[in-house]
Amino acid sequence: MIGVQNVTKYYGQVCALDGVSFSVKSGEIVGLLGPNGSGKTTLMRILTGFFPATEGSVHVAGLDVATSSLEVRNRLGYLPESVVLYPDMSVRAFLHFCARVKIDGTVQRRANVERVLSECALEPMAHRQMGTLSKGYRQRVGLAQALLGKPEVLILDEPTVGLDPNQVIDIRELIKGLGGKVTILLSSHILHEVELMCERVVIIDKGHILAEDTTDRLSERIQGAANVRVRASGPRPSMLNALRALKEVAQVTEHDQEDSDGPEGAVFTVRSSNHAIAREIAQTIIHNGWALHELRPVTLDLEALFVRLTREEQKEAA
Amino acid sequence: MFANFWAVLNKELRSYFLSPFIYLISAVFLLLSGYYFYSDLVFYVQFGFGLNIMENFWQLMFTDLRLVIMLTVPFLTMRLFAEEKRLGTIELLLTYPMRDTDLFWGKFVACAIATLFMLSFTLIYPVLMSSLQPFDWTLVVPGYVGLVMLSLSFIACGLFISSLTDNIVVAGLGSLGTLLFFWILSWNDGATQFGLISTIASVSMVTHFQSFALGFIDTKEITFFLLFIIFFSFLTLRSLEARQWRGRR
Repeated sequence: MIGVQNVTKYYGQVCALDGVSFSVKSGEIVGLLGPNGSGKTTLMRILTGFFPATEGSVHVAGLDVATSSLEVRNRLGYLPESVVLYPDMSVRAFLHFCARVKIDGTVQRRANVERVLSECALEPMAHRQMGTLSKGYRQRVGLAQALLGKPEVLILDEPTVGLDPNQVIDIRELIKGLGGKVTILLSSHILHEVELMCERVVIIDKGHILAEDTTDRLSERIQGAANVRVRASGPRPSMLNALRALKEVAQVTEHDQEDSDGPEGAVFTVRSSNHAIAREIAQTIIHNGWALHELRPVTLDLEALFVRLTREEQKEAA
Repeated sequence: MFANFWAVLNKELRSYFLSPFIYLISAVFLLLSGYYFYSDLVFYVQFGFGLNIMENFWQLMFTDLRLVIMLTVPFLTMRLFAEEKRLGTIELLLTYPMRDTDLFWGKFVACAIATLFMLSFTLIYPVLMSSLQPFDWTLVVPGYVGLVMLSLSFIACGLFISSLTDNIVVAGLGSLGTLLFFWILSWNDGATQFGLISTIASVSMVTHFQSFALGFIDTKEITFFLLFIIFFSFLTLRSLEARQWRGRR
């Protein structure tokens, strides 16, 4: 559905994208992950036909974006980064304006506007001027306009940025609900976000693709094993021995008291090839009569992930 | 085919007429033009010039209205593209299935309607005059044709300047400065005789308006205004397209 072949983009002498290639299958939700300034927005703008690539070709729904820009835009829904909408226009008036551009026929337009208002839970705000809306609602209006006219492809630039946790969950559920029906490419700089919403992830940094895989395989490839953080009260040496004695445990690290960010208990990190190790740890601690305060999987944050991936890349180059 | 044009036109008209700004601008416009009407009338009543008092009065009146339009149109054009750029909505519009020309002409026509709305109130002056002293309306019609052509060319120029910046104040001052410069060029023929300045002075829409104020509809001047509008529309469309040129090799 989306095909990016060898795309390079220069801004003057600055290279924003350097030979980027990947593809997205129909109905797939793919996350574009990268730090700020990695080229995500540039890539999305090329995909939406806002500006062309310096080199390479981009296809959406089998059409070349450079030569069939209008047809491509007809099939696209786009949520730009940091949407600031017309402050003195009401939500409904704005969506009607967008619908007039995207959809033929008054009846279909009205039905579509009502549909997206309800899908994005915007009905109570429909009459409000957009300048008076909270950031979360503005983001929903942005998403609502992208969903108008049932697009085949959705390009969402940082759809959950700046939202509070409840709003993030709402938007995430909405996007996940669209999977299978619509092809979605969304960008984020939060690894966890992408993991929750996307089946596949493309990691981009400084205009290069660092990795492209399913979220599961990527975390396995990066981590190789499950890491679990345990905080428990009890005799330290016995706890350490009990954890080490567990099956398939590769390594147990004990943290200093300063390293643990709470006053109670000792903190350990258990590394194991068994992804269900947490259950056994809990059983062991409770069985021995120790108090368990905390038990959670440790996922690599984006920073660690990049460090790992860039090192892999350097090794390959060497 | 024109659906997108209508969509943009409708949006811009709502944005003009649902905000108090247009009424404020119209009030200022009418205050200034009303004072000109009064002072021009007092001038001719007190002094009178030759036999054609009416003809001379309308000439002076249209010349003064020209200045008032020049001072107000930049306030109507300044936000049209600059605000879209500032808000970032331009990115949304330019990735919709819409041609740049639909966007441009939608905005142009909306601004023209807003300007004509403002200008239409000045028709009260000839109506008032003819109730006091009946006169030949052919004196007034060319003046209004000229004012409409002049307004459209001011709008074309203002839209172009608005498309160059994301700062509304810069867009407003830029347009006002450009229009005033064209006016100033018509002050002293001696200063604009040679070189580039003579070329610029020759395309000043302010000078080309003069024959309309005198009561003539000259097709040559109408053609000039149309070309002027087409030229600035062309520049604006290229300016919108400029995003496509970045990073080309």
